[in-house]
Amino acid sequence: MADEPREPKPPQPPPGEKPAGSPSPTATPPAKPADASAPAAPAAKPAPPAAPPKPPVVLQTPLNNELVARLRAKFEAGIVEAMEDRKQAIVTVERARLGEIALHLRDEEKFDMLSDLTAVDWPKREKRFDVVLNLYSFPKNERLRVKAWAADGEEVPSLTGVWPVANWLEREAFDMFGIVFAGHPGLTRILLPEEWQGHPLRKDYDILQQDTAWVRENLGIESGQ
Amino acid sequence: MMQAVIQATMDFLKLYWAPLLCGLVIVAVLPLIVGYIVLVERKLMADMQARLGPMRVGPHGLLQPIADAVKLLIKEDIIPDNADKLVFWLAPVLSVGAALLSIAGLAIGPAFQIAKDINIGILFVVGVSAMGIFGIVLGGWASNSHYSLMGSLRSSAQLVSYETAAGMALVSGLLLTGTLNIKAIVEAQYNEGIWFVMLAPVAFFIYLVASIAETNRAPFDLPEAESELVAGYMTEFSGFRWSLYFLAEYTNMIVVSSVATTLFLGGWLRPFARVHFFNFLDYVPPLLMIGVAGYCLLRTPKQPSRVQQLFMLAVAGLCLALALVLLAPVALPIAKPLYAGIHGGFWFIFKVSAYIYFFMWLRFTIPRYRFDQLMRLGWQFLIPLSIVNVLVVGVALIVGSYFNLHGWSMLLVTTPAAIIALVVALMILAAGQQSSAGKENAPASDFYAG
Amino acid sequence: MEAERETTLSSEATTENKTLLGADELIINMGPQHPSTHGVLRVKLKLDGERVIGSECIIGYLHRGVEKIGENRTYQQFAPYVDRMDYVAAVSNGLGYCEAIEKLLVVEAPPRARVIRTILTELQRIASHLLWLGTHALDIGALTPLFYCMREREEILKIFEKYCGARLTTHAFRIGGLQYEAYDTLEKDVERFCKDFESRVAEYETLLTQNRIWIGRTKGVGILTAEDAIAFGVTGPVLRASGVKWDLRKAAPYAAYDQYKFEIPVGTTGDTYDRYLVRMEEMRQSRLICLQAIENIPAGPILAKVGKVLKPPPGEVYHAIEAPKGELGYYVVSDGTVQPYRVRIRPPSFINLQAFDRMVRGHLVADVVAIIGTIDIVLGEVDR
Repeated sequence: MADEPREPKPPQPPPGEKPAGSPSPTATPPAKPADASAPAAPAAKPAPPAAPPKPPVVLQTPLNNELVARLRAKFEAGIVEAMEDRKQAIVTVERARLGEIALHLRDEEKFDMLSDLTAVDWPKREKRFDVVLNLYSFPKNERLRVKAWAADGEEVPSLTGVWPVANWLEREAFDMFGIVFAGHPGLTRILLPEEWQGHPLRKDYDILQQDTAWVRENLGIESGQ
Repeated sequence: MMQAVIQATMDFLKLYWAPLLCGLVIVAVLPLIVGYIVLVERKLMADMQARLGPMRVGPHGLLQPIADAVKLLIKEDIIPDNADKLVFWLAPVLSVGAALLSIAGLAIGPAFQIAKDINIGILFVVGVSAMGIFGIVLGGWASNSHYSLMGSLRSSAQLVSYETAAGMALVSGLLLTGTLNIKAIVEAQYNEGIWFVMLAPVAFFIYLVASIAETNRAPFDLPEAESELVAGYMTEFSGFRWSLYFLAEYTNMIVVSSVATTLFLGGWLRPFARVHFFNFLDYVPPLLMIGVAGYCLLRTPKQPSRVQQLFMLAVAGLCLALALVLLAPVALPIAKPLYAGIHGGFWFIFKVSAYIYFFMWLRFTIPRYRFDQLMRLGWQFLIPLSIVNVLVVGVALIVGSYFNLHGWSMLLVTTPAAIIALVVALMILAAGQQSSAGKENAPASDFYAG
Repeated sequence: MEAERETTLSSEATTENKTLLGADELIINMGPQHPSTHGVLRVKLKLDGERVIGSECIIGYLHRGVEKIGENRTYQQFAPYVDRMDYVAAVSNGLGYCEAIEKLLVVEAPPRARVIRTILTELQRIASHLLWLGTHALDIGALTPLFYCMREREEILKIFEKYCGARLTTHAFRIGGLQYEAYDTLEKDVERFCKDFESRVAEYETLLTQNRIWIGRTKGVGILTAEDAIAFGVTGPVLRASGVKWDLRKAAPYAAYDQYKFEIPVGTTGDTYDRYLVRMEEMRQSRLICLQAIENIPAGPILAKVGKVLKPPPGEVYHAIEAPKGELGYYVVSDGTVQPYRVRIRPPSFINLQAFDRMVRGHLVADVVAIIGTIDIVLGEVDR
C-alpha cells in the first residue's frame, strides 16, 4: 500500500473547469442557506466508530458570509467556490486571477500575512494541483484558505510581489511539485539539489524512488536507501 | 685550523654556558608550562561554568596537557594544496620564535635572567614579541583561505592599534624610573618603596586592556573568533603547526604579564619589601605550598584507582619539597643568600599567574567585541587617553621633584594626575557616545587602513 | 587570492553594489560546516571588507522528505516523525500534530490531557529558549551562559524523561490525548524547577542584559520593522520583538491556554537586543503558566475515545500552534483512509530564515552570526 501511489479520493468531486455541473453542495449558488444542503454532502462520512454516537456530522458546508459576498461581487467568476471545512473558510479562485485576488485580499480585506503556501496533488483530476494559500489577518484575527487549481505545466501567477514570504514557499512548491510560478524572481529548487530529476511530493513519485543517477554521481554510492 | 675552531667554541661555551643552558631549559620547559596553563584555564573555566573540566587523564586531569601534546604531535600534518608551502611552514615558526626569544629579556627574580642587564630590556621584550605578528599575517596569507586572510588582517590591524596604546602606557611607567633596564626598574620600585601601579594607575589600566588585545585574548579575540571566522588565521593549520601557534599565544600571554609585573607590580618584590614589620609575609609562600600539599593528601583516599592515588601523593610530596625549599632561606641562616633568588622567583611567578588569571576570568565572563567597536575603543579611547596620561604623569613628576617628593608621598601629585586622566577618559567616552548617536547609519570607517 | 566571482547572488543582491574600498568583493562561504550556523545552514556572503553587501541562504542539506513520509504512514505512525523536525522543541511539534489530527477527526482531548500538554509544552518552550540563549551568547563570544543554560535545560529534560522515557524526541502526546498518565511527582518536579528558575533567569541577565559589550553587539543589529516582519511572514518572538503583539496562544487558544493568565512581551525596535529581551521575558511567562497549571490539574481520562484505527472523515484542516520559534502549522488533507493524503508542515524556522537577507544587509561579518543566532533556527525544521 505504502509503496505505490494511492487511489486519491478527493473530498469534493473533481471540479475541473466547470464546477457548476457537479452535484456537489459546495458548488450550489450562495443564495441557498447552509443547512438546507444537508442531504447531499457525499464527502461527509460518519465519524469513526469509536466516537460517541451522534448523527453523521456535516463537515463541509458552503460558505456564504459577508467576505465571500464581497469577493463574489468584486470578482464574480473569479471566485469558483466557497466552502467551510471544519469551520475553516476555504475560497477557491480562478488560477489566472490569483494575483489580483491576493492583492485585493491583502489590501482591502486586510489579510496581511501569507502564513503558508503549498500545493496538493490530485493526479486523477483534470487539473491536478491545488495551490493552497493560508492567509491570516492580524486586524480581524481570522484565517482564510485560498485555493487555485492548476494542471501540470500550467503557470500560476507568483505572489512574491504581494507577500515577499511567497518567494521561498513558491520555490518549495516548485521543488516538490513542479508547479511553475510565473513572475517569480528566481524559481529554482530550494531543498533538493539543483540537478535533481523529478518532483517528490507528486503522487506518482514513489516513496522509494530517487534520482539514482544523481546519487551515484554526487555521493558516489549506488543508492541513498 | 681545526684546533682553533674547537678552541673558539670552547671559549664561547665557557663564557656563555649559563645563558645557553637557560635557553635550552626555556625551549624545553615552556611548552610544558603552557600546557599546564591551558589545563588551569580549562579547569577554571569549568569551575565558573558549573562543571568539572578534564577529569579523565590522571587525577583531576593532571596529565591532560601531556596527552594533548602527544595527540598533536602524532596528528597528520596537512598543508592545503593551494597554500604557499614555504611561508606556510615558516609562519608558525616565526610566531613561536619571536615569543620564545622575548622571554630571554625577562627577569624572573634577580637571579634568573638570560639576557642579563641589557640596557634596553623592556624595549627588547616588547619589540621582539611584537615580531610574532609576522607569523600570524604570513600564516593567514599563506593558507590561501578567506577565513584565514580575514583573521590575519584583523590581527595585524588590531596589533598595530593596540601596540601604540600599550607603548604609551609603558612610557608613562618608564617616566617614573628613567631606565629601560629591567633590573633597574624593579630596583627603583624597591627604593621608592611603592609599586608603580599606585603611581600610574591609569597607565596600568591602559596596558592591561592593550595587552589583552595584543595577545588576541577574549574579549578581543577577533582574529581567531571561533563563531565568525572558524579559527581565523589558524583555520588551515593542524597538528603540530597549530600547536606552535597555540604555544606562541600563551607564551605571549606570559610575556605581557611579565612586562606588566615588572613595570607596574614590583617585579619579584614581596609586597612591602622594605617594611620589616611585614617580614612575616616571607612565610606565606611555604605555607601556601603546605596548604596545597595538605589538600592533595586529603583528596588522595578519594581517588578511584591506585595509580591516581600514587600520583596524588607524588604531587603532595612535590609541594612539600617546594615548601621546604621556600622555607629554607627564611628559617636557615646558611641559606640566606638564596633568599632573593628563590623568593623573588616565587613572587614573580605568583604575580604573573594572577595577571593571567585575570585574563582568563575576563574570557569566561564577557562577550566578544565587534571589529569596528574594537577599533573605535583603540583609536578613539585608549590612544588619546594614553597620550594624555603621559603628559599628566610627566607634569606630576616635575611637580614632585620640585617639592622633592619620594615614595608614598609621590601619591600627593600622581593621584591628582590620575584623576585628571580619568576625567579626560570620561569626556572622551561622552564625546564618542554623542558622535556615534549622531551618525548611527554612517558608512563604516576603513578599518584595515589604520 | 583566487577571487571567486559571482555576478548574481540573489535577486536583490545587486541593488547596492558600491564598494567602499573600490576593490573586488569577497565571496565567503559560511557553512554547511561552520561553528555558528547552527547545523548545516550554508550562507553565501558577499563582502566588501567585512561589510555584508549581499547574502544567500542555501538550505536542504538536512532534507528528509518528512511530508512525503507522512503520506506513506498512518496517522499514528507519522507522529514520532514530527519530533525530528524541530528536535530541540519536540514536544511542541507533537502537540501541533496531535491537535491538528484531532481537529481532523473532530474530537477533543479531555481536560486533564490538555492541561498536562500545556505544562509540558511550556517547559519545552523554556528548554528551547534556553538552548537558544546559550548558543546565541556563545556566537557573540560569551562562553559561560551556555553551560548555565544547559544545566537548567537538563532539569527540564529530566522531567520529560520521567514522564515518557525520552529526553529529546519525546513523542509525549498521542492523538486524542496523552500516551502516559502523569507520574506521581510531576507537579512537585515542575514546581521545584519553576522555583529555582526565577533566580536562574536573573543570573543570566546579570551576565548579559546590562553588559556594555553585549548591548553593543546586539542593539541596532538586524533590525526588522513590523511591516517587514509581517510581509516576510515572520512569526514568534522575532515578530513580537518588532512590536507586533501577536501570540497564537492568545489569538487562537489551543490546549489549555485560555485558562491561564500571561503576558505577551513585545519589543519596540525589532533589533537583536529586543529579540533577546522578548525571549527572556517569554521564559518567565512560561514559568508562570507552568505554575498556574500545576495548581489545578483536573482529574479524569487522559485519552479521548478515538479508536485504534484512525480514519478521519475526508476533508482538510489547518491547525497552528505557537511553537518556541513561531507559528508551527499543520495542513492535513484526509481522503478517508488510514493514511493522510497530504501533510503540509508550516515550519516557523524556514519562513523566519527568509528574512535573514533583509536583516543582514549592511552589517559586519560578526553580526551575521549574531543574526543567525537571533532568528533561532533549527535546520531540522528548515529542511524537514
